Amino acid sequence: MPSLKDLKNRISSVKATQKITKAMQMVAAAKLRRAQSAAEEARPYCERMAGVLSNISSAMDGREGVSPLIAGTGSDKVHLLVVATAERGLCGGFNSSIAKMAREKARELKAEGKEYKFFMVGKKGVDALKMEFSNQMVEKVDFREVKNIEFANAESVGSRILEMFDNGEFDVCTLFYSEFKNIMTQIPTAQQLIPAQAPEKTDDQGSDTFYEYEPDEEEILGELLPRNISVQVFRALLENGASEQGARMSAMDNATRNAGEMIDSLTLSYNRQRQAQITKELIEIISGAEAL
Amino acid sequence: MAQSFAFELVSPEKLVLSEQAMQVVVPGTEGYFTVMANHAAVVAMIKPGVVEITLESGDEKRMLVRGGFADVSPDGLTLLTEYVSDLANFDLEELEQQIKNAGEDVSDAQTDEKREKAQLLLNQLEEAKAAINRSN
Repeated sequence: MPSLKDLKNRISSVKATQKITKAMQMVAAAKLRRAQSAAEEARPYCERMAGVLSNISSAMDGREGVSPLIAGTGSDKVHLLVVATAERGLCGGFNSSIAKMAREKARELKAEGKEYKFFMVGKKGVDALKMEFSNQMVEKVDFREVKNIEFANAESVGSRILEMFDNGEFDVCTLFYSEFKNIMTQIPTAQQLIPAQAPEKTDDQGSDTFYEYEPDEEEILGELLPRNISVQVFRALLENGASEQGARMSAMDNATRNAGEMIDSLTLSYNRQRQAQITKELIEIISGAEAL
Repeated sequence: MAQSFAFELVSPEKLVLSEQAMQVVVPGTEGYFTVMANHAAVVAMIKPGVVEITLESGDEKRMLVRGGFADVSPDGLTLLTEYVSDLANFDLEELEQQIKNAGEDVSDAQTDEKREKAQLLLNQLEEAKAAINRSN
């Protein structure tokens, strides 16, 4: 049985923890709003980009010499896994669920006898995967100093991926990130970047409109595809940013509640013990008085 | 009275402008072209330069862009660009500074690859500056 003093210390320490988790929750809530609006503002660009891309690729359908970024290199021997995670922990299962997904994919590839390499974006992913795959990590990027992700950040990742692709260092590139559904749910997602999965064709328009291209389709496509990689990375980073804050918010909310419960039960046993002690002292006094 | 059409200017960070416009001058890689209502459908690359927009209200806007795509469809014109800034509150000195930095990058570059990249940026910036001077 812990003494009264011990209990008192426990209670005050849990209270301090609760204050911290509560503050973190509120900070995450404020950041979430910003991250969410950033993700929403980026959406129109992605949509328009996908629109233009599907237009052109349907115009290019069935032609020779399509860029390897769409058609692939013709083999799927070497895989590049781009794993985007957060820079900080204490956000529930956010980092570990992305890492888990990437790990499963890597094991699957290993079982099939294929080669794989990791491109790590974010520090936490490196921590989670370095035990098993430290030799396969070819590239590490972290955005610890970056407060708000800008397109230039995504572009630097995108151009590095393209550089590696041009050097023939991999055949297939998959991007792992967490999609932001709402505050409670973030869905770890794997998206194939290279070869690009054909964007869904919009039937409502485009197919019957005749487009002119200036310069020709191939040249535009050659510009558009690399840019599309950066745009996809950018989108993933923004989704990740919102997911991270959402996950942290709900994790900290849970922690605050747990701390509250703990304080309640500790206070209860503290009071019981105090009462027991008072009763004991009373009995001692009374029985002392009776003895006289 | 001429018709207006939907005009959108989008950068990855946000939807910069979405309004009804009367006419938009676009700096295409193969020459400037003007888009008005019911323009034929075109997809074009744009080079660094100034986009001149005449809004339905008669206001004119001039935006500096650094490359991207223009998508003219029956529904309107969409400009996709990575970097965009409004010339109304644009700081020419900042551009000069960027040009200077880019110039230093070119001369400092260790590898050919880096030099090429820096050179590309420098060219873009200089083209943009030339475009501003032209339109002033």
